[in-house]
Amino acid sequence: MAGIPASAGLNAPVIASKPLEWLKANLFSSWLNTALTLVVFYIIARTLMGFVPWGIVNAVWIGTADECKAVKGVGACWAFFPEKWRFILFATYPYDEQWRPALSCAIFLFLYGFSAMRRNWNSNLFYVWGGGLAAIAILMWGGVLGLSYVSNERWGGLVLTLILATFGIALAFPLAILLALGRRSDMPAIKTLCIAFIELVRGVPLISVLFMASVMFPLFLPEGITIDKLLRAQVGIILFAAAYLAEVVRAGLQALPKGQYEAADALGLSYWQAMRMIILPQALRLVIPPTVNTFIGLFKDTSLVLIIGLLDILNAAKTAAADPLWRGYGPEVYFGVSLLYFVFCFAMSKYSQKVETEFNRHKHR
Amino acid sequence: MADIAASSGARGKPAIRLSLNDPTFRAIFWQIVVVGIIGLILWYLISNTLHNLEVRKIATGWGFLSREAGFAIGETAIEYGPENSYGRAIVVGILNTLRVAIIGIVLATILGTFVGIGRLSKNWLIAKVCSVYVEFMRNLPLLVQLFFWWALFQDAFPGPRQALEPITGFFFSNRGIKMPIPAEHWIHAWMGVAFLIGVAASFYVKHWAAARQAATGEQFPVLYAALGLILGLPFVVWLIGGAPVAMDWPALRGFNFQGGLTLTPEFAALLVGLVTYTAGFIAEIVRAGILAVPHGQTEAASALGIRRGKMLQLVILPQALRVIVPPMTSQYLNLTKNSSLAVAIGYPDLVSIANTTLNQTGQAIEGIAIIMAAYLTVSLSISLFMNWYNKRIAFKER
Repeated sequence: MAGIPASAGLNAPVIASKPLEWLKANLFSSWLNTALTLVVFYIIARTLMGFVPWGIVNAVWIGTADECKAVKGVGACWAFFPEKWRFILFATYPYDEQWRPALSCAIFLFLYGFSAMRRNWNSNLFYVWGGGLAAIAILMWGGVLGLSYVSNERWGGLVLTLILATFGIALAFPLAILLALGRRSDMPAIKTLCIAFIELVRGVPLISVLFMASVMFPLFLPEGITIDKLLRAQVGIILFAAAYLAEVVRAGLQALPKGQYEAADALGLSYWQAMRMIILPQALRLVIPPTVNTFIGLFKDTSLVLIIGLLDILNAAKTAAADPLWRGYGPEVYFGVSLLYFVFCFAMSKYSQKVETEFNRHKHR
Repeated sequence: MADIAASSGARGKPAIRLSLNDPTFRAIFWQIVVVGIIGLILWYLISNTLHNLEVRKIATGWGFLSREAGFAIGETAIEYGPENSYGRAIVVGILNTLRVAIIGIVLATILGTFVGIGRLSKNWLIAKVCSVYVEFMRNLPLLVQLFFWWALFQDAFPGPRQALEPITGFFFSNRGIKMPIPAEHWIHAWMGVAFLIGVAASFYVKHWAAARQAATGEQFPVLYAALGLILGLPFVVWLIGGAPVAMDWPALRGFNFQGGLTLTPEFAALLVGLVTYTAGFIAEIVRAGILAVPHGQTEAASALGIRRGKMLQLVILPQALRVIVPPMTSQYLNLTKNSSLAVAIGYPDLVSIANTTLNQTGQAIEGIAIIMAAYLTVSLSISLFMNWYNKRIAFKER
């Protein structure tokens, strides 16, 4: 007992200043650690020795399909990307008009960046988003301002992934708020309905929801009315995302101290006034990090629309890889596509971690 | 104001007024309105559906389940051929889903736990490697990873004749992974029985030891006894059976391998993808669970003179598990649901077979109902079990 305060109080933390000391402290502090370090180091070295000759030294970076075929097995074929990048990014969008989806992607990126800055978190955000999405709609569909009309069956590639994910989360959000409020409601019928919807959707895989959207929705509609595949998939994604987001919002509602609810009642606010002015602004702020995480999940999940035949970026890459001339480079193709997904998701996850630390700063003195 | 009136309702309020200003009446009114609207929408959709089914002459009902399926399935756990019924095909699909999900959950838990502990390691290299692993797995769509592994089999691995053999007896080729297994022997079935008896006996021993400790204060090494029972009993049975050591080695005959255990490229890609992906999430859960136990708990336990092993068992783990179990449940559920991506790489899981069935019969509603019912059964039963387990280990507050 007596020894603890003495040693804790007197010794200043040792800061390893020299590289050798750092190595000893962090890699070779004990026999076990030394052994582990060497084993891991050996595995990394072996992996690099396998990858570098194939992926870099012998690889074809720019070249023809024949040049790739010549090094098959000993070198990677990165030349696939310079050859196919237009198709991967824009898929079947008319070739001469592909600046329009490119510009749309840029607008999406601007909107993400704009909303990420905390000083923009005010009502202007809604107008910026409204304007941005309208501009994207005009660019993609065309038919006005001298742009030729492009039916959404020809949309594809990166912009389709961004559309599905962004609209998925944006339209799921209001629905999710209603579901979360309903789940916490005192009214048994509404509570049951909300719980049933949330649990049913969360209990089944997204694929089954997408299958339902692609083969069952047409049966639901009155005869003669059809909606296209993209819209059906989008509706499926919105319903799916709403169930998951509802749980995120509910966590925020539960995290608010009871006093906030009581104070709103004491002020004589009606239920909706209280929600709009007191509860939701605080609760939604609390759940921004998990909302971003849900968005990352949704962004990744949009790749599943491949299964019902939409040409998102993954399906575009898969289709490009099926070109008989360029067949057999699957690992390279999916490695390249995964880097693109990684850039988006990693940026978002870093952002959500940053916001979380900022929110929790007051807790850490 | 209205809400205050609502909370005072318990104190014997006068009869309900038929006005929207009366909270009780208002609640009933809105519930009827909402349920009514949803009922109307459902009725509209159902009547449309029935009409469409009639117009398009789509058969309804479950009669198709007993009709001949007419398609072959690549890998089956029970006997199945194209002449069998759709119902049996779907059972094959369910078994395939369960197979990949159960093996996947076990392997992902093991890998995830190691990576999660590795991230907390004082060894800089290990901590970094584990962080990089977690970041990559969590930020790449599972489908892309599945395609990658599958393409590796398809495009990068050689044919069976040039199969890679990194470990003796393990062959990697574009036909999948081949590995040796113990040659079939009648004693294996009995070893399985012995294993189950061992598990049951361990539960009994644990119960008995707890009762004895409560009565006399004497402790009993339950862990060693259980390990002895679970591993020892099958071993004894194996010895009784004459200790067969013969192995069934895969060998190249003609253009393909014969013998040994085969993992098809589809199964191997799906399993590797699911395990590595889910392990990334499990690692974070394990790490959070370990970090959630305050250091004071360890110090308090040593101050009480509890030995290190007991400390882990009695103090650290119960508290860490409390944080770990709920998110772990959702990861297990996610893995099971994610196994439905098998349809994209051609592993015959439930979704893939139900999809074939609904394409052949045109009975979309029944096909999707089967998929949803199967997943809901699994999801809800796992959540029920985990909720029960969670309640058992939850913090008991007075």
